[in-house]
Amino acid sequence: MIVPLGHVFLLAGLIFSMGLVCMVAHRNLIMTLVGVEVMMNAAAIVFVAAALRWQLMEGQVFILFILAVAAAEVSVGLALVFSAYRRTGSIDPDTYNILKW
Amino acid sequence: MTLYAAIFYLLAIVILTATGLAITRRQPVHAVLYLIVAFLGTAAIFFLLGAPLLAAFVVIVYAGAIMILVLFVIMMLQRSPRELGLLSEWGPATLLGVVFLAVVAAMVFKDPGSRIVLQGAVVKPRDFGHFLFDRYWLAVEIVSVLLLVALVAIIQLGKRMGADGDEAESQLNPVRNSNGGLNPGGIILKSMPRCSRWPRGPLARREQRGIISNGVRGGHQ
Repeated sequence: MIVPLGHVFLLAGLIFSMGLVCMVAHRNLIMTLVGVEVMMNAAAIVFVAAALRWQLMEGQVFILFILAVAAAEVSVGLALVFSAYRRTGSIDPDTYNILKW
Repeated sequence: MTLYAAIFYLLAIVILTATGLAITRRQPVHAVLYLIVAFLGTAAIFFLLGAPLLAAFVVIVYAGAIMILVLFVIMMLQRSPRELGLLSEWGPATLLGVVFLAVVAAMVFKDPGSRIVLQGAVVKPRDFGHFLFDRYWLAVEIVSVLLLVALVAIIQLGKRMGADGDEAESQLNPVRNSNGGLNPGGIILKSMPRCSRWPRGPLARREQRGIISNGVRGGHQ
């Protein structure tokens, strides 16, 4: 007797679209990664709501894997961002023009 | 409206406000701090929807570990010179998000199954662990291999940034700090004396080996 399932989905959709906007709009690689994290968060909310709706535990198991993948993704992503920063001195992706000649 | 529903809507308002503030900040530090609030609210929603173990995991892993990792990396970097603020930069992205959200809302309200009210149930951590390692132990092992691969990748990236990649770096318009080294993030590199103290390039390496004696650069010994 908590809330309708659709409201949880709408909440997750709002958070996901916010993450999408953050990922696309910002000129900063850190903020791009933050947007991906927000989107994964929204996906986790959908999974836990679906697990409660169908009373199945697989949804919650999947969140564990989402957590692990998010940890791996953000750590490798930050290492790549830092590597790009060391090579070019900027984290603005518009300034990466090494291949241009 | 029951008490649980009131708690849910309150948490939803908190999460949406914190996320909205986070994605519009210009300073990444502020964005990450707001995002920690959003993740704590998400953990509370997990607890409300019957997953107390996952709520604890979200607090530990997301709000505790990942966000602090992002904060550390932000501290190593300088600020991005270009900042947002123009409508022409936010406009297309916001349009994309609004279209996505409209599609989601249409799908959710069209589906009669989304009107089903969730019934409360709690998964005990003991049951969760039994279920996980009874049926999905192989996936757990695969995830552990994934984390190992990520660890190896990070070590390799960090190694190439430090000691061996100086030929590739020195040709690519580097940012020089006051020591003449190649390291824009001076904070981390103070812990790596080989990178910050020694000069770069083939000449410098010959100097380290003693082929070029002193007189070229005084005051370094």
